[in-house]
Amino acid sequence: MTALTALCTIVAVGILLIILSYIAMRGIGALNLRFLVDSPRPVGEGGGIGNAIVGSALLLVLSCVVGIPLGISTGVYLSEFGGGLFASVVRFLVDTLTGIPSIVTGVFVYAVIVLRMGHFSALAGGIALALIMIPIVARTTEEMIKLVPHSLREGALALGAPQWRVTLGVVIPAAASGIATGAMLAVARVSGETAPLLFTAFGSRFFPRNLNEPIASLTVQIYNYAISPYDEWHAQAWAATLVLMTLILSINILVRFLTRKKF
Amino acid sequence: MSDWRRRLSPTGNTGDAFFRAAMFAVALLMLLLVVAMIWALASHSMLSIRRFGFGFLTSREWNPIKDQFGALAFIYGTIVSSLIALVISVPLSLGIAIFLVEQAPVYLSRPITFLVELLAAIPSVVYGLWGIFVLAPFLRVYVEPPLARWFGWLPMFQGPITGIGLFTGGIILAIMVTPIISAVVRDVLSAVPNTQREAALALGATKWETTRVVLVNGAPGIAGAVILGLGRAIGETMAVTMVIGNRPEISLSFFQPSYTLASVVANEFTEATADIYLSSLVELGLILFFVTFIVNAIARMLVWKVTRKTSSVGMAV
Repeated sequence: MTALTALCTIVAVGILLIILSYIAMRGIGALNLRFLVDSPRPVGEGGGIGNAIVGSALLLVLSCVVGIPLGISTGVYLSEFGGGLFASVVRFLVDTLTGIPSIVTGVFVYAVIVLRMGHFSALAGGIALALIMIPIVARTTEEMIKLVPHSLREGALALGAPQWRVTLGVVIPAAASGIATGAMLAVARVSGETAPLLFTAFGSRFFPRNLNEPIASLTVQIYNYAISPYDEWHAQAWAATLVLMTLILSINILVRFLTRKKF
Repeated sequence: MSDWRRRLSPTGNTGDAFFRAAMFAVALLMLLLVVAMIWALASHSMLSIRRFGFGFLTSREWNPIKDQFGALAFIYGTIVSSLIALVISVPLSLGIAIFLVEQAPVYLSRPITFLVELLAAIPSVVYGLWGIFVLAPFLRVYVEPPLARWFGWLPMFQGPITGIGLFTGGIILAIMVTPIISAVVRDVLSAVPNTQREAALALGATKWETTRVVLVNGAPGIAGAVILGLGRAIGETMAVTMVIGNRPEISLSFFQPSYTLASVVANEFTEATADIYLSSLVELGLILFFVTFIVNAIARMLVWKVTRKTSSVGMAV
């Protein structure tokens, strides 16, 4: 029986290694400095993913600015005032929100923001990504705050601190590293999202000038190149994937390294 | 209440009242967000709901030129591709979870757990890219022809072999949901008290018989994990869009191109020029929202039942 379960595990790990080695092998070919800083060009003229890297970075910053404070606040509410019925409802909704397909989030942002503004924009894309981040950050924050020992809280209260100072000055700093790793994982997850960007940020072949216009992103670029009929663009899609996977894997390995002692 | 007691009381303080109100406001925002989602999706699909009514769910015609829209082909594609994914990934995930929790020594289970979780960190679009250029050609040459030869008497394995279709979509989904199902099953198995294992062993059970006792104990949680995986498979978009062929047809054959709810929205949303076309696509999104919402709610309740004490399930995925 152990042989059978071990086989299952080997299959899963094997698939992971196969996928990663394909990305490394096919990606490395088209990768060079010029590719990383150039913007896309017509087939046959090379071109790169510089604008997509800048676009993805901007979208991530936007989503963090909106998503992380809201996510942490929701998590703090759930852990500090989370006893009642209302909090249970919110916790349940936040949990189920993590399971809502990201494409639906994209449709929602299209309906409320893109249609109102009349055009695709980086702003809409960033908000779509933020909506995906919030439930992830909220739940990790709640779990991390729950791990803070009660004695710390009681000590601060016994010194006469009001509850808000206990939470902001003692509990959150004590849980800060856990909350930060949760936020990093959310960033890793969101940086690979494509579906919610298709009709919010849309994509662009130029470097972004402001947040009120369509913006390129690595993932949408990979998608567009992958389904194109040109071999050159396929090679570029693999190279862009290598860049994206390097980012995502480093975040995951870093988080693993940081949380090594606790789990 | 005297002045000093009010200042000391954890609730009788203006700072506390303000803090509490601010945090409450954010939590309320989450509630409003879900309400806004339902409202926005519903109001934008009104045009299609009025025009087609319930027939939308049972009509298999999807014709933007004639303004005729029905979701049946997409519902079929979504269900079949998700089922193929579950048939493959559930036994695989159970095997992985049993190996990691019950059998492997700690120095093995820790790094392997991390590696299996990395499968969940790979973005959907990357699975799609790999699916188009590596998996689909592989299946076309090495897997689908033998299946057609041996099981060709079944309607599922008949028809031309292209490598692009329901079967490839189901396989890629299976790879994507395996880390999710196995992570939750792992949490569920870890939550089964050790006394159960000790009792079984004390009664003279073999290692495998003990594992069966543990599995029976965690059954509701395992069911929850499977349903959670189903929810993920239903909503998965990019990878499926890239390998399933995107043709709104209902065919019994797994080798034929098909279409799912999520992939038709991803593929046609920016092309939809007519109001009724766009509205029908939003209605598909609304269906997707409700289905995944209900599926996830059921899964969470089942998993919570078993792992209430240990938690961390919500974070694993």
